[in-house]
Amino acid sequence: MTRANWIRIERRPTLSPWVVLGVSVAAIAAALIAAGIFFKAYGVSPWRAYHLIITGALGSKVGIAETARRTIPLLLIGVGLTVAFRALFWNIGAEGQLLVGAIAATGVALFVPMPEFLRLPVMFVAGFVGGAMWGLVPAVLKVKFGINDVISTLMLNYVAGFIVQWLILGPWKGPTARGFAYTDKFPASAMIPRIPGTTVHWPTLILGVLAAVIAYVWVARTRQGFEIRVVGENPHAAQYAGISQTKVVLAVMLVSGGLAGLAGVGEVAGVQRMLLDPAKLSLGYGYTAIIVAWLARRNPLAVIVTSALFGVIMAGGDVIKVSLGLPFQLVNVFNGLILFFLIGSEMFMRYRVSFAWRKR
Amino acid sequence: MEWQTWLVSTVSFMLVHGTPLLLATLGEIYAERSGVLNLGIEGMMIMGAYAGFVTAYLTRSPWIGLGVAAAVGCGFSLIHAFASITLRANQVVSGLALTLLGLGLSGVLGRPWGGMPLPNSMPKIMVPVLADIPILGPMLFDGHTLVEYIAILLVPLMWFILFRTKIGISIRSVGEDPATADSLGVNVKRVRYLCVAVGGILAGIAGGYLAVSYRPAWTEGMTGGMGWIVIALTIFAFWNPVIGLAGAYLFAALYHLSFRLQPWVSPELLQALPYVFAIVVLVFVSRGSLQRRMGAPAALTIPYTRGED
Repeated sequence: MTRANWIRIERRPTLSPWVVLGVSVAAIAAALIAAGIFFKAYGVSPWRAYHLIITGALGSKVGIAETARRTIPLLLIGVGLTVAFRALFWNIGAEGQLLVGAIAATGVALFVPMPEFLRLPVMFVAGFVGGAMWGLVPAVLKVKFGINDVISTLMLNYVAGFIVQWLILGPWKGPTARGFAYTDKFPASAMIPRIPGTTVHWPTLILGVLAAVIAYVWVARTRQGFEIRVVGENPHAAQYAGISQTKVVLAVMLVSGGLAGLAGVGEVAGVQRMLLDPAKLSLGYGYTAIIVAWLARRNPLAVIVTSALFGVIMAGGDVIKVSLGLPFQLVNVFNGLILFFLIGSEMFMRYRVSFAWRKR
Repeated sequence: MEWQTWLVSTVSFMLVHGTPLLLATLGEIYAERSGVLNLGIEGMMIMGAYAGFVTAYLTRSPWIGLGVAAAVGCGFSLIHAFASITLRANQVVSGLALTLLGLGLSGVLGRPWGGMPLPNSMPKIMVPVLADIPILGPMLFDGHTLVEYIAILLVPLMWFILFRTKIGISIRSVGEDPATADSLGVNVKRVRYLCVAVGGILAGIAGGYLAVSYRPAWTEGMTGGMGWIVIALTIFAFWNPVIGLAGAYLFAALYHLSFRLQPWVSPELLQALPYVFAIVVLVFVSRGSLQRRMGAPAALTIPYTRGED
């Protein structure tokens, strides 16, 4: 039973970072080509489209500011997701955790009397706690009842979205909103300062970079970080080593949910300065950040780079929407393609694939 | 009498709303039984809805629309099959990518058709004689389309194939212990490809049904999370088509209930109810010994290569 072996697949003994980088870049290039074919079919020159995306997102002060604004939530959420994915907890619920963080911050901003200098810090704490609580629900469901994490985190996204809608149409509807579905504008003490002339709320950006560094140290250098990696890579070994899976899952979701909650604080207090329709508040950051974290190969530090890359894609998507009249949904096509090429290329990282053109 | 009209409208609604859920759940049961988790249901459904609508609009035939929806669903599922079976990519991420791609592609391609109603939707039929039975007649045999009945007929058929035929044994063995199945001469990859394709075809039809019968129009994102409910239903059903039937109609009833309660509870909170319910139901079925006896296929999400663990 011999068959001509024209493809040979061997396991690579070690994984060099250069192979990872090379394969990742090749995957993105392949996705760009595939998306280019799609542009072409849609009657738009791919060169023009990519040129517009790059110049639109990076070629001007306004463009860079837009890119930065979108990078902030992707960075915060992406860092949290790398930690969750390390423990193989599939947190697809960052979208909902972001919204609950936004709700908590809005509650503090509008309805809690307190000294004004304390308001912003308390909002950040409330947002973190809100997101963490929303993230802990699926964590508890998993360790206590064995409920599939993908499903529970996803379902809670929808629930959080409807709660926001209920709040802005009902109890929290702003008296000054004149019939529109949003809350009142935040008081000045509840606004995160921005770089003048832009919507870049820089304190949240600093928070994101700090989070990336701290998460990196946590995962790579501490005992608990080691436990997280063992649970993710070899659950059986974790069990024999006496590592509590419960503790690990709760810890990663506390952090992952909390960071998404912080992203929610940034969006309401830094960008919108009010609570409004969930679709306008989030733009799918929770889902895009999954790709951000995966492209970073679950390394929190690398998220700083990958989140900026997707900040460019999102800001560029806005530009081609306006100047070429293409729907923003194009960004999702693009994201889906990148994700496919990324995971498809992983085999080329783990295995060396060679082609033997001559039959033996 | 009032309770009679209430009962008739409730059951009638369950039958209609449960149909897309049931179709897609049956497909996902086959895919997962063979060991492949496909989280791309939402993406395949929305592509089916888009393709079904446009085809039905252009050809004036809702049936051709459903056929094309099935083909598109199948084609889409093969992307996932290629990534997860041939390239051994992570199934969770690949399924998510499929959903992103489907939502994006249908949003872009479907924009010119946005909000357009379908002039010729799936014809409603009245089953002669049976429709005259009091209560049961108007409830089950009047004002439905053929698709509702086809979906129900698929349940015993797919149950029989899965549990009483050689093909079914192959499917289940590939999902439980691919190495043993392989040594017994079952082509693991081919069985998995076929099961994922069945899942894609049924998810495509489910989406097409939404656009040519349930709400005969195209709106962006019209599946509204139904694909995720299907994933939950598959677990709820213990990967068994018959329980899948019960689950699909149970969820449909819950949707109906959320409409009925609107005078008392705000509609936004009621809309969240099915999603909360999906979680509650999973907690409920996770209790007791049932879970251990009828758990997930052992090789679910694990790629198979001959000679490697």
